[in-house]
Amino acid sequence: MAEFSEPNELIAAVRRAREAGYRQLDAYTPYPIEEVSEALGFHHNRLPLLVLIGGILGGLGGYGLQYWASVIEYPINVGGRPFHSWVSFIPITFECTVLVAALTAVLGMLALNGLPMPYHPVFNVPRFALATRDRFFLCIEGTDPLFDRDTTRRFLERQVPRSISEVEH
Amino acid sequence: MSQDSRPESRTAPIIGPGHTFGSVTDKISAVVLTGKTPRWWFVGFAISFSLLMLFLYSVAYLLTEGIGIWGVNIPVGWGFDIINFVWWIGIGHAGTLISAILLLLRQEWRTSINRFAEAMTLFAVACAGMFPLLHLGRPWLFYWLLPYPNTMGVWPQFRSPLIWDVFAVSTYAIVSLMFWFVGLIPDLATLRDRSPNRAGRFIYGMLAMGWRGSATHWHRYETAYLLLAGLSTPLVVSVHTIVSFDFAVGVTPGWHATIFPPYFVAGAIYAGFAMVMTLAIPLRKAYGLEDFITARHLDYMGRVMLATGLIVAYGYMMEAFMAWYSANPYEQFMITNRFFGPYAQMYWSLLVCNVVVPQLLWFRKVRATVPLLFVICLFVNVGMWLERFIIVVTSLHRDFLPSSWGMYHGTIWDWTTFIGTIGLFLSLLFLFLRFLPMISIFEMRTLVPEAEVKEGVL
Repeated sequence: MAEFSEPNELIAAVRRAREAGYRQLDAYTPYPIEEVSEALGFHHNRLPLLVLIGGILGGLGGYGLQYWASVIEYPINVGGRPFHSWVSFIPITFECTVLVAALTAVLGMLALNGLPMPYHPVFNVPRFALATRDRFFLCIEGTDPLFDRDTTRRFLERQVPRSISEVEH
Repeated sequence: MSQDSRPESRTAPIIGPGHTFGSVTDKISAVVLTGKTPRWWFVGFAISFSLLMLFLYSVAYLLTEGIGIWGVNIPVGWGFDIINFVWWIGIGHAGTLISAILLLLRQEWRTSINRFAEAMTLFAVACAGMFPLLHLGRPWLFYWLLPYPNTMGVWPQFRSPLIWDVFAVSTYAIVSLMFWFVGLIPDLATLRDRSPNRAGRFIYGMLAMGWRGSATHWHRYETAYLLLAGLSTPLVVSVHTIVSFDFAVGVTPGWHATIFPPYFVAGAIYAGFAMVMTLAIPLRKAYGLEDFITARHLDYMGRVMLATGLIVAYGYMMEAFMAWYSANPYEQFMITNRFFGPYAQMYWSLLVCNVVVPQLLWFRKVRATVPLLFVICLFVNVGMWLERFIIVVTSLHRDFLPSSWGMYHGTIWDWTTFIGTIGLFLSLLFLFLRFLPMISIFEMRTLVPEAEVKEGVL
């Protein structure tokens, strides 16, 4: 794992690592940088689709609940108004859509990211605490087919990082 | 390699000059972690907490005696509880507006105020929720409002705006809470890594859920955050629209108006920005955050207040115009009664607070004079409360039949409950300031000049 003090250095290092053929790598930054995930080759994101599905299910569920309760299960005749008074069902349908979509967005993000995960090997590196302050880290994982303790270390050294550490597993 | 030796290529205008990733992080997290709790915090918290105790006392008395201790009666069955409910809910709206709509519009100046504006939203919604619950008379049966299969075989009346309120406000509370918490996760991780003691590391660590700033995580995180903002934007508009339906769907003169939804939404933003400023001005002074919450922020918020204030003024005008234009004798009487009736004093004070005084915001000089801005915000806070009082009380106390007219005054218990919720709000706010970063740290980092990604270096 290599430590950098500038976003530009990290992006350059990530690109060179990809060029060198490394695939199992991850970058850690103190704030979101679009270019880093691009350099890592991470494009696909299933979250928007999930949220869309959640919203549609929420809306159908909300409307269905109202329809079932006011038309089938417990119809009340108030001043001759139709049982299926769809106009007055709109506000709750809308709220249910937003609620389920928002829940999907948050829970989906956490689930796809594999959080909560209080323990992770990268936390074993003492300097890693700076990743949430002002440092940028590139980690080449041991599961990478190209990974070799010495060559990988030499590769990282060529990127002129501030420091290199080995992640205890 | 050191950052500090690099010449400043560009000074971001919405953050004081000379800040680096580290200095931003340290400054904000120091308030929570290492800074000594200032004396005024204890004084402020003690005052707020005693007001909170007053609230608990009032509620305990309410539960033993019933809502007869309040001033509500026939004909005015909706008194302080609905006034305060609408007032508090409105205050919450600025928080969501700042964090969601301004995020979608890529207004970077929102960054230093959004966190505590969102906190304000949550606490205001909590205060707002108290009133309809207590108004139920038997608050412990509140769950009857929710649609759940029960042995009574009865469902809520889905055609009623009051049940729409239940859905709107609870959805709003849940989504605001999630939006706030998602925004906090990376900052909780910062606090975990910088906390000097074990307890802090453990608690913040549990809350951060193992956030480690991985690039793929950030990617999904940003998507989720943007989607939440996109969902909150129509939500916040719908909530106050539905609150206005509580009135507008009824046939009571003065309530049955199509202007109500937009007029309520504008009023909510107006009241909310006034409250954000009322809180931000003393806070930036107390914590020395003038380089994060700059004069430019105050200027912009003043402009938003001016714009929404004018929409609200238009709403007042339309109410009077429609009463005249509709040629409906009840509507016309309602307006005459509002202007010259027993509550005329409150109506004219409302116009002074909400329409006349804020016109000062037209002047750049006024928007740059912080104490004056603070006073204007206090006026608006009071004015918006008076507006809800006028809407609720003047329409109800003299409606169609002169034989059923009456007067309404809040009793001492109405006032203690209202002031008590202010205590609840401030207590929560003080605890928030002490234990969580009041400014979004990771978003402030993106404003630092070094955060700029240069394609040339690669």
